[in-house]
Amino acid sequence: MKVSVTVNGTKYEREVEPRTLLAYFLREALGLTGTHVGCDTSSCGVCVVVLDGERAVKSCTMLAVMADGHQITTVEGLVQGGALHPLQQAFWDQHGLQCGFCTPGMLMTSSILLKQNPNPSEAEIREGLSGNLCRCTGYQNIVKAVQQAAGAMQPQPAEPVAS
Amino acid sequence: MFPAPFDYHRPDTLDEALSLLGQYGGDARVLAGGQSLIPAMRFRLARPAVLVDINALGDLAYLRETDGVLAIGALARDAALESSSLIESSYPLLFDTGAVIADPVVRQTGTVVGSLCHNDPSGDWGVTALACRAQIVVRGKGGTRTVPIDDFLVDSFTTAVGQGEMAIEVRFPSPKPRTSGAYQKIERKVGDFATSCAAAQVTLGDDGTVAEIGIAIGAAGPTAVRVAGAESALRGSKPSKDAIRAAADAARALADPVADTRGSVEFKKDMAGVLVSRALLAAFERLGVGGLK
Repeated sequence: MKVSVTVNGTKYEREVEPRTLLAYFLREALGLTGTHVGCDTSSCGVCVVVLDGERAVKSCTMLAVMADGHQITTVEGLVQGGALHPLQQAFWDQHGLQCGFCTPGMLMTSSILLKQNPNPSEAEIREGLSGNLCRCTGYQNIVKAVQQAAGAMQPQPAEPVAS
Repeated sequence: MFPAPFDYHRPDTLDEALSLLGQYGGDARVLAGGQSLIPAMRFRLARPAVLVDINALGDLAYLRETDGVLAIGALARDAALESSSLIESSYPLLFDTGAVIADPVVRQTGTVVGSLCHNDPSGDWGVTALACRAQIVVRGKGGTRTVPIDDFLVDSFTTAVGQGEMAIEVRFPSPKPRTSGAYQKIERKVGDFATSCAAAQVTLGDDGTVAEIGIAIGAAGPTAVRVAGAESALRGSKPSKDAIRAAADAARALADPVADTRGSVEFKKDMAGVLVSRALLAAFERLGVGGLK
């Protein structure tokens, strides 16, 4: 059946079998291989994408047909105008990755975490990322990166008005 | 592995959904969050020929308290409970439960009603629904009926929802004054199925005795199960160490778990007792009744 979905601002129409999973649709039908597939059983979180700008979803556990008419943001959609997203910059600065396999999912989950809670505590970051597994870093630098990004994304205070 | 092939429908109205469910009968399954159903289909544990996706029925995404009942619609996500100040302030058992379902990403998509309908033996919501004496609203072409949770959970992965029917809402009675509850769960890691879990909800009377009590355990049999023996150990008496011990013993005796990589039968039976005891202690403590350890 036909699926019409907007991914990172670009509208795509493709013919798919209803059983096609969103992660595979993104990777194989659209060539957006930034979304990884790890455990394939919604345990590891490397396949997380953002649905309609408001919800992080594990795309291995969502059918492509369910995304029909919706907007998806993948890791490829984080860069704006050639500049890294503050989360991407922070993962770079803080060495929030080693092999990088979990990174797309970490970034997408973190993007929703910071949208819902712009100033999270360390415990809230660890809780918020508890559905995303990293087998390299021990999470320390990932948490630091999210903290840096949270700071960078805070609204800048207005210039004091001279009196 | 991909699921076996199926036909997919995404109705725009509840009537249309019920009409599709009526048309396809036992071949059809309702798809809400899909966080249990899609993995089950991938493992070929479920092979529905038709999926009726209800995600377009935004009217069913409600969470509202009216006339002494909290009603949760079939499309309300688990995460909606975590972010609700009403749940946090007035429904401690639901708030506890909502915070330990699967993982935070899965909770953004998974639904409370869907979890009850999936009726996994290790699921969390069935346990809590038993302790709260919840009811499920089931609608079919023939009309609407309300099913007590004890009758709803029929067997593993089987509920009282008949062919052509759909569970549209779960109703939790609003806690009376001097009511509290707690949920306890042991899991190997975030997102794993419970090794053991227990829920308790207690209402104290004016004289300080237990007026109403609900206790249930999970991962301890084919479905979540009410521990009637533990409830009667406490009902009508003042909270005491002996009564809590008797409730834990009743849970340990009733638990009928399956040995797996999470633990032996003996261990899981013991944990059923431990978790009932911890849930009761936490509930009493929240009511200001201490000194029971």
